[in-house]
Amino acid sequence: MLLCFGFLLGGCSQKPKAELNVYNWGDYIDESILKDFEQKYNIKVNYDTFSTNEDMYIKIKSGSNNYDVAIPSDYMIEKMKKEDMLEKIDLANIPNFKNVDERFKHLAYDPHNEYSIPYMWGTVGILYNKTMVKEPVDSWKILWDKKYSKQILMLDSQRDSIGITLKMLGYSLNTRNVAELEKAKQALIEQKPLVLAYVGDDVKDKMISGEAALAVVWSGDAIYMNRENPDLHFVVPKEGSNLWFDGMVIPKGSKHKKEAELFINYMCDSEVAFKNADYIGYSTPIPAAKAKLDPELQKNKIAYPDDKDLAKCEIFKDLGTFIKDYDRVWTEFKAEIE
Amino acid sequence: MVKKLLQKFYVGLIFFFLYAPIVVLIVFSFNNSKSRGHWDGFTLKWYLELLQDRQILMALYYTLAVAILSSLIATFLGVIAAIGIHNLNKLQRKIFLNLTYLPVVNPDIVTGISLMILFIFFSQFTNLKLGFLTLLLAHITFNVPYVILSVLPKLKQLNSNLYEAALDLGAPPFYALRKVILPEILPGVITGAILAFTLSLDDFVVSFFTTGSGVSNLSIAIYSMARRGINPKINALSTLMFIVVLLLLLLVNYRTSKENSAKENLI
Repeated sequence: MLLCFGFLLGGCSQKPKAELNVYNWGDYIDESILKDFEQKYNIKVNYDTFSTNEDMYIKIKSGSNNYDVAIPSDYMIEKMKKEDMLEKIDLANIPNFKNVDERFKHLAYDPHNEYSIPYMWGTVGILYNKTMVKEPVDSWKILWDKKYSKQILMLDSQRDSIGITLKMLGYSLNTRNVAELEKAKQALIEQKPLVLAYVGDDVKDKMISGEAALAVVWSGDAIYMNRENPDLHFVVPKEGSNLWFDGMVIPKGSKHKKEAELFINYMCDSEVAFKNADYIGYSTPIPAAKAKLDPELQKNKIAYPDDKDLAKCEIFKDLGTFIKDYDRVWTEFKAEIE
Repeated sequence: MVKKLLQKFYVGLIFFFLYAPIVVLIVFSFNNSKSRGHWDGFTLKWYLELLQDRQILMALYYTLAVAILSSLIATFLGVIAAIGIHNLNKLQRKIFLNLTYLPVVNPDIVTGISLMILFIFFSQFTNLKLGFLTLLLAHITFNVPYVILSVLPKLKQLNSNLYEAALDLGAPPFYALRKVILPEILPGVITGAILAFTLSLDDFVVSFFTTGSGVSNLSIAIYSMARRGINPKINALSTLMFIVVLLLLLLVNYRTSKENSAKENLI
């Protein structure tokens, strides 16, 4: 019975030329794109998913998985590059690279785009419910305001939560200064009694149903929440924030490098990128794809903020061994009893 | 009278807590909106999308294949091991029982990573690749102790003279095992097999570390959606699985009640 079921799934009229193993975040692609790609090039795509950069890193580091394309975030790309875990991408095989927004080429984590091509991007900011927050929101400091005690949702993510606290204090979110980190820890401990919960993706349901007044969220999710509940507004605070990128890379030792480059090139096609951005709802780094989106969304400052707002934002850097201090600070803060 | 009402209320409350989440999950599998926050009209689109979602269907296939195979193999190994342990002397039995308990109390993450390292170590000399086979081996590994621990108590209850009587009456050892011992310990074997099946069905941590590219089970597929939000297709799938399990249970109960009434008629 099971065998028949297997045949049904793998049932294909012609034998595929080659295979391609793709490793991506869960629910982070329009699956019809994979089918189109398979038909167009006669390549069978094996598609797996992960939930955090760190999980993906462990799997690829173990060296036993032959993934040909993975989609990690900026600081993880930098880390993998340093540890010689990535193949060089031959830009001659990615003619569609010309479609990528000039602003998003040659970024600090990969200065020559030798190892990664942008997939999606966004910012982190504050989402607030207009019916509960009457004052203008423009600073991270509002998340430390006792007025909103037990109405604040923070991200249960070490790098993001420490990062915005550092920004609130006026430091860099890539600081390697232990004194600054300690100050951030104190601020986080101070904030703890005011926080309703440290959340992951459940932030969406909680904000849409009006359980909390303020939350720290990724811009892509903010668009979706604003669609579901128009009272929710998103702002990138004036102290600046995190600008993030997820990029497509080819892990070292890939046996299908040609097919991987074909796939990366295909994802940069403006029609495909449009389809994908339309499904996921995050911001695409390909202007021609953005131009095909709903005009409302194109004008949407959440998804596509002005350059002056972006200028205040920083991209996460790989901190190397200093990440141990971040781990320690996060653990000490988590262990603190209110 | 009051006591009866209280009892009924208490039982009702327990069932409410057990089944309310499942009811909510089923209701929201028909929700038009992707959000679990509010109701937005009735739709069957998630069921249609589920049937077209190759990734989730593949994950379902691998989940069932691994669960069925690993529980069958683990049951076979576990029953043999349990009979062996049962017939050891006291000191040996203590040693083996502790060895059996170790994987049960070991945290999943330790089991998962150590198995991954083991498989990678082996893959240097053989052409073993992380994938379906290693996933299956890992599941068998953590299932065997549970089967042993379900079967051992049944063996303890067994009258030790039974087997000898069978031998005295001329049964060859293996025949006696099959016809005398096995029927006696069958409830324990079935419990162990079902336990192994369930454990295999919802294991995430060990699976994540021991599988390779192209092979994911449902736990991995669902868990990886944690950052972006669980897609309602998963609600649709869970609803279907719940209904299938419910039907199976009803069928089993119906058959056993029929057998029981048939037995009563005989008497």
